[in-house]
Amino acid sequence: MLLIDCEKCTACAVCESSCAFAAITVLDDCAVVNENCTLCGACVENCPEEALRIEVAEKRQQEDIQEFSGIMVFAECRHGVIAPVTYELLGIGRKLADQRKVPLSVTILGHGIERYCDSLIAGGADTVSLVEHENLAQFREDIFAQILACIIREQKPEVVLAGATAIGRSVIPYVATLVGAGLTADCTKLEIREEDGMLLQTRPAFGGNIMATIECPHTRPQMATVRPKVMAPAVPDPARKGQILRIEALAEELRSAVEVLESVQSDEDQVNIQEVEALVSGGRGLASEKGFVLLRELAAELNAAVAASRAAVYSGWIPYPHQVGQTGKTVSPKLYIACGISGAIQHAVGMQSAEVVVAINRDVDAPIFNIATYGVVGDLYEVIPELIRQLREVKK
Amino acid sequence: MDYFFDETQQMIVETAREITREKILPVRAELDEKNEFPREILHDIAKADLFGIFVPEEYGGLGGGCYEIVLAMEELARGCVGVATSYAASALGIFPVILAGSEEQKEKYLPDIATGSRWAAFGLTEANAGSDASGIRTTAVEDGDSWVLNGTKQWITNGGESEIYTIVALTDPSKGARGASIFVVEDGDPGFSYGKKEDKMGIRSSATRELIMKDCRIPKDRLVGRRGTGFITVMKTLDLSRPGIASLGVGLAQAALDEAVTYAKQRVQFGKPIISFQAVQHMLADMAMQTEAARALVYAAARHIDHHPKDMSKASSMCKVFATDVAMKVTTDAVQVLGGYGYMKEYPVEKMMRDAKILQIYEGTNQIQRNVIGQELNKEYS
Amino acid sequence: MHIIVCVKQVPDAKDVRLDPRTNTLSREGVESIMNPYDRHALEEAVAIKEQLGGKVTVLTMGPPQAESMLREAIACGADEGVLISDRAFAGADTWATSYTLAKAIQTLAPASLILCGKQAIDGDTAQVGPGLACRLELPYATCVQKTRSVSTDSIEVERMMDDGYDVLRLPLPALLTVVKDINEPRVASLKGKMKAKKATCTVLSAADIEADPHNIGLAGSPTQVVRVFSPEARGDRKVFTGTVEEQVAQLVDSLRPYL
Repeated sequence: MLLIDCEKCTACAVCESSCAFAAITVLDDCAVVNENCTLCGACVENCPEEALRIEVAEKRQQEDIQEFSGIMVFAECRHGVIAPVTYELLGIGRKLADQRKVPLSVTILGHGIERYCDSLIAGGADTVSLVEHENLAQFREDIFAQILACIIREQKPEVVLAGATAIGRSVIPYVATLVGAGLTADCTKLEIREEDGMLLQTRPAFGGNIMATIECPHTRPQMATVRPKVMAPAVPDPARKGQILRIEALAEELRSAVEVLESVQSDEDQVNIQEVEALVSGGRGLASEKGFVLLRELAAELNAAVAASRAAVYSGWIPYPHQVGQTGKTVSPKLYIACGISGAIQHAVGMQSAEVVVAINRDVDAPIFNIATYGVVGDLYEVIPELIRQLREVKK
Repeated sequence: MDYFFDETQQMIVETAREITREKILPVRAELDEKNEFPREILHDIAKADLFGIFVPEEYGGLGGGCYEIVLAMEELARGCVGVATSYAASALGIFPVILAGSEEQKEKYLPDIATGSRWAAFGLTEANAGSDASGIRTTAVEDGDSWVLNGTKQWITNGGESEIYTIVALTDPSKGARGASIFVVEDGDPGFSYGKKEDKMGIRSSATRELIMKDCRIPKDRLVGRRGTGFITVMKTLDLSRPGIASLGVGLAQAALDEAVTYAKQRVQFGKPIISFQAVQHMLADMAMQTEAARALVYAAARHIDHHPKDMSKASSMCKVFATDVAMKVTTDAVQVLGGYGYMKEYPVEKMMRDAKILQIYEGTNQIQRNVIGQELNKEYS
Repeated sequence: MHIIVCVKQVPDAKDVRLDPRTNTLSREGVESIMNPYDRHALEEAVAIKEQLGGKVTVLTMGPPQAESMLREAIACGADEGVLISDRAFAGADTWATSYTLAKAIQTLAPASLILCGKQAIDGDTAQVGPGLACRLELPYATCVQKTRSVSTDSIEVERMMDDGYDVLRLPLPALLTVVKDINEPRVASLKGKMKAKKATCTVLSAADIEADPHNIGLAGSPTQVVRVFSPEARGDRKVFTGTVEEQVAQLVDSLRPYL
């Protein structure tokens, strides 16, 4: 419950404007909370008088919490190919493990994936738990979840990390529910609190307008999915030694209710916008599909791929795999050129870790200029042809 | 301004507004460019029950009056007059049946019109019968248990897209205007076909097409109302439908005003947003005044028509002329406010200006409307 | 066929931001809306009902005024609304939320299909759907972009993956979370709105669903928010001035290391 100390409350109404749920209002000379309250704590944080606090019924403490130790990374594979995010997870996982002075383990499930064990060890794993079976070639939530949960129950890691990919975001919540663990989705930052070794998990909320730091004080493991392309990948050290643990999955764990009839790779997704060094991205300001013809021309000059804002994808000018932002992909190229993109925060969260952001926009007040390294104010249909011309000149 | 809508009217406005926002705005430029009929959107409009507004409750409609119809049309026109015209044409096409049809005809056609599972169209205009509707040449001859129609209708909105057509034809050519009757012709009737599809300046998403009747044989019971009363029904139909066209003008003017103000706030010249310049402010002020005045007149006329069904021509004509002239003026001014950008297809106002022109022409040119108003005045003061 | 759609009322995320000067959440003009993904789940449910017959129940956990969203869902084709509302649920994270929804679903008529939006735009966690499937022990698929076919005992869907999609067949009952590509939600009809106005929604309390107080609300939530703050803004930046040609020249000059 949210408790309000009317002695301390000065009716300044900071709490009122800080509540995203309209759950607190100032009546006469003291704040009053209503049924909308979700106990998010924003008001408590903001109250200058410390007049607010949240009282919680005693939380149930997991009894064997002390038995959990070590960091586990879930290595995601599809069609026998490991997801690049795994090495990013190894990078951060190694850091956390060193800080906690505990081992780092990797659990890898799939078919034809044994060949990755060495690179996982080189990337920082102390042990690799390998579950190799033909039934794991295709991703099926129920099988993957049962096996992962079983390994977690056995190995009792204090932290489990997975990629916030289609697979990770689908299966990990099921696993967390199975093992009764707290789970934080889409983390962009993970750190250990010195005092008590707690994992602090930071993630965007409200479409990226707000960041929240989350902890799981009473349960283990502490589980998190991590946004791809946010953490730096591990630097491989081929000299590292580690142990490979072969795990046989039980027959019943390998039985799925779900049948995969077909696995289709999209044609439009030939270029993965997350993997390129330069992106030319278009938004509503292009005004039509034709704008992308111009953008492709510019992209060709820069050896870049073409991306888009939600507005452009929504208008049907370019397919979804090209979408950058909260509801699309997170990219971190060296160069990101935003053309006719206003730069709403939903877009910004998907590209703000680019090294250099160039904004081309007619509206000098567009928020994109606040996050751009370089801004060009003008009609993109004038600016881009000129840019192409000058780039060609430079090359000569 | 607040017009104090009742709950149903409020619901109609909200529903039509949502159709505009969700379904029309994202595709209007494409429909315009491709000359593409908004079949999908009309299905969405149907699912939202908006086709039921102009159908009496006993036939599955909502039994709305002229006021309810203009509210829906205004909101749709804010998105696209082409789409709104396609919607309006179904109302226009079925009004003769609502006004003069037999019980059997109403039971046969109105429930489908109300759910939007079939659309209607109105066939009056011919190559030599525009403003002078009495110039029609299409004939209908009684032959046993059938009527046989011959003639060609021109510029028929929803032609080729609708299933139900109300056709005005001469049953007694010697009697002139008193010799006209209205018939329902259905898509697929023998001898009924569609001719040329027009390529228009504006409202390009609406279908405008020839209807060809070559020994088109239809059953006896397709005659709407009594033989020879066709023109009376036509006049009543147009009296009812003109406020709808007027409301398209209001919606269009409002949309143009919205675009102009939004742009004027963003566009910076001489270091300031152009809305801070008095020359622009005055244009916007005029646009706002004219639009609101047009809206007030249309609503007043619609309410008048809903309460005084015997005396509606003047009100109906006045609001049609005023609101559509305003639409032309305001859309033209919107292009001016946007300057060079306004003239480009990248911005929606050039389409609005093209769309506006037809409003001054169809369903009786604004010149003919002024004639009507003048004649009514002459009568009133006699 | 009985289909349950789980929906959530959320603040319109694009309007919520932290005031960087006062570090307070600003909700001025923020409206409560039905979570956009849930709208697509509802549309899919109504479309399946129109095909196979049956009933669509919308279920939400939230404060009393979330009932307005249930009415909106009824206007869009749902038959019944159920609101799980109790102060004791406040502060629930996805773990406690999936527990609460599961307990409520167990009090309703058995369903062949449970549909959820991929995620809610206020939290963007995408965890409640899979968590709920786990608690109800149902086969499930997330991020469904298309229903290929559906019968009374199985459903064939396309599930979006990072590099394309999988075609899955699931036996019913099953749970699906859907993405926006799956359909175009209809606009609420006039008759639907009139029906919604008259509808009464069932309200369930923690006691009604026999929830264990330790598993609900803040107490039942393993995760805990310790800090809320604004994302960092970028430091060095330069907006060029001059003619297009001049600006582009400066840009090309600045970009030399990247060419």
